[in-house]
Amino acid sequence: MLRLTLIAAALALLLPSAGAGARDRLVIGMTQFPSTLHPSIDSMLAKSYVLGMARRPFTVHGPDWKLRCMLCTELPTLANGGAVRERTPDGRDGVAVTYEIRPDARWGDGRPVTTADVRFAFEVGRHPQSGVASAELYRRIWKLEIHDDRRFTFHVDRVTFDYNSVGDFEVLPAHLEREAFAEPAEYRNRTRYDTDPTNPGLYFGPYRITRVTPGASIELARNPTWWGGPAAFGTVIVRIVENTAALEANLRSGAIDYIAGELGLTLDQALALETRKGGEYDFVYKAGLVYEHIDLNLDNPILGDVRVRRALLHAVDRGTISERLFAGRQPVAHGAVSPLDWVHSAEAPRYPYDPRAAAALLDEAGWDRIEDGVRIDRKGRPLRLEIGTTAGNRSRETVQQVLQSQWREVGIDAVIRNQPARVFFGDTVSKRKFRAMAMFAWLSSPESVPRSTLHSGMIPTAGNNWSGQNYTGYRNAAMDSLIDRIEVELDRDGRRTLWAELQALYARDLPALPLYFRATPYIFPKWLKGIVPTGHQHTTTLWIEDWRVAE
Amino acid sequence: MTRFLLVRLVQALAVLAVMSFLVHALIGLMPGDPIDLAISSDPRLTSADVVRLKALHGLDRPLAERYAAWAGAALGGDFGYSRLTARPVLEVLGEALGRTALLMGLAFPVSLALALAAGIAAALNPNRPIDYAVNLLCFAGISAPPFWLALMAILLFSVMLGWFPASAVPASGDAGISERLHHLVLPVATLAALSAGGVARHVRAAMREALRQDHIRTARAKGLSRIGTVYRHALRNAMIPVVTVLALDMGALLSGALVTELMYGYPGMGKLLFDAVMGNDYNLALVGLLFATLMTLAANLAADGVYAALDPRIGFGTVSGEAL
Repeated sequence: MLRLTLIAAALALLLPSAGAGARDRLVIGMTQFPSTLHPSIDSMLAKSYVLGMARRPFTVHGPDWKLRCMLCTELPTLANGGAVRERTPDGRDGVAVTYEIRPDARWGDGRPVTTADVRFAFEVGRHPQSGVASAELYRRIWKLEIHDDRRFTFHVDRVTFDYNSVGDFEVLPAHLEREAFAEPAEYRNRTRYDTDPTNPGLYFGPYRITRVTPGASIELARNPTWWGGPAAFGTVIVRIVENTAALEANLRSGAIDYIAGELGLTLDQALALETRKGGEYDFVYKAGLVYEHIDLNLDNPILGDVRVRRALLHAVDRGTISERLFAGRQPVAHGAVSPLDWVHSAEAPRYPYDPRAAAALLDEAGWDRIEDGVRIDRKGRPLRLEIGTTAGNRSRETVQQVLQSQWREVGIDAVIRNQPARVFFGDTVSKRKFRAMAMFAWLSSPESVPRSTLHSGMIPTAGNNWSGQNYTGYRNAAMDSLIDRIEVELDRDGRRTLWAELQALYARDLPALPLYFRATPYIFPKWLKGIVPTGHQHTTTLWIEDWRVAE
Repeated sequence: MTRFLLVRLVQALAVLAVMSFLVHALIGLMPGDPIDLAISSDPRLTSADVVRLKALHGLDRPLAERYAAWAGAALGGDFGYSRLTARPVLEVLGEALGRTALLMGLAFPVSLALALAAGIAAALNPNRPIDYAVNLLCFAGISAPPFWLALMAILLFSVMLGWFPASAVPASGDAGISERLHHLVLPVATLAALSAGGVARHVRAAMREALRQDHIRTARAKGLSRIGTVYRHALRNAMIPVVTVLALDMGALLSGALVTELMYGYPGMGKLLFDAVMGNDYNLALVGLLFATLMTLAANLAADGVYAALDPRIGFGTVSGEAL
């Protein structure tokens, strides 16, 4: 009898678990667990992905890349009177932007979302010890004016073209969080988003978080107070598998239904999976705003010469790299602005693959003799440049090797020196310690003005605590002026002209070598429909109520 | 016995104190801190933000000062918060430790049973096919990369055969015990396969040495059965070096099942420590590594007790003195 019981128990363990076929539950796999669920503390894609299901920002760029309201009733503009120009107390040009909270917006515990929550979130954002990462938005808003329970006005100390975009402002439930904020310096440790993350009153999206298993999974259930129609799935489980090979195996075994494109497989893995199992899933490759490029340290005397920078780009066959390594899914970048962005200009100078032109430029720059296949200058110094990237990133390392080989053909000796991402970004790049070239990517938003990467005031130094992202050390008064003017130009046509000038100047000066725009692979099960990859920083989960099961 | 325990306690405290400083210093000396990393990923962070955030997280103070502050608080029982998880360090560690203890608690007996069976079988049949087969499997287990072994197990048993889930944790938190155990089959088997090979080699060597001893021949000459001789006399003596290996393995297992945890998406101690070190979570990394050290010390102390139980000639005094 005992033996039979043991055998039965063993068989029970061996049998696959039941219920996999149910479609009321969606299991999403991704590679990262959010470090906090607090909307304003830390900036992290994994958190944005999860909170996209449980909360909504006031304004957001839609999949069509146009700004729209989510938590507000109507997008305020100067044209519709929602925004009004004014003078700040210190006499500068400013703007007053009035928002109205949706009348049906309610926290998961039934309490309405009101201006008291807006006031509290503003208080948290402005407090220096609250732990909110970027306080720039709160510094720009010099006054918050509350009109009633639903209407409020931000008085902003400057007039920029994106005056009505407040995607970074996250409303917080004052009735739950006020107590935790009693000691602001302890707030980041006491917030209910981390101490009581399943409290329904923290959320107001189509879903609310019902279970958190740190490091492993986050479970969400339909939120009964959601203002829109019911979402398709009763339960959504976000499961974390950091290793992408294991993540793929989980998908194929049915343990997860769908891998989040935003934090899922690499492009080469997706392409390989499509080759093997193309008929079982729908594959969508969305190129967007992730700009893969090589930052050049312009303080390096060799790279200070624009002819060398142009030669570097002429010597690289980016079209073939994209075709051979990425099956043509990643479009070649000719500048930092994505062709999907309305401000993109096709008129800026381009540098097609032309080794002869590269050689001529190098000759002209004084690198006209070759010894052992490497160009040398008149003093006998070799044309040797270090190139670094994030060690372990297979895709980048492969591209790097192709670049090294193509540069070698024109006499440039590229020395590969890669580092773990933590060291590369935390020290080498952010403190401008790379000697010549650093290969990485920027993720921006639609019509993102490149102030932090191209303005001469944003070069990281010890004096400014290494803030700013102008790692190349690029200084050009014309570029500074264009950036300043674009930010305050409200007329679209005028702005388009300025953007075209900026892109032309960027292409002429080449502070960085554009490579391509990264494509994000989305792998959908055949039965899952309605997910629209955005191509920008806002995640697909912000529209999860549109996801559905195919008939 | 009391003196022995006191000496061991003092030694353990000294090791922990030294380790705490070394770990703190090494993590602090790693290039880039959490705010440096944040700057490179968030263009909105200004110089004022950097100053404010570094002060808030205490990163603007010298390393020694930070260590002194941490040590003072820790002595008072306050181990601080984990920056990566925004929760008290002990709470985070407690959860991870519980999961790892479950994984190890299942993998360890499986591994030990496999190792003993294989090692004894090989020792009793030297230079015969069974010995060669055990050796081959042992070397395969020792040399197989954990990443590869786990991936192969997932592909075979989850993707192709569909017998076991690819993940160590059920998707829903409402899963029952049998479903939870079902999810642990592959990670437990992977860990057991990885550690059994090395232990089996030690068992085989120790058993072969023990079987050559005079008292074994005497026992057999007195008419004791082969099985009785092996289990009552040879294995008991052979276990002493094996226990040493197992004790050292215990500490490593608690903190070192990193690859298995990553592959099966299991939030245990290995993954937690890795994330803490890579994410510059000083408090979590420090306390986690100290805990792993403590476990290793405790396992070795337990091993001393097992020596005495296995061989009455060994006393606590001799263990701590010069005999071992």
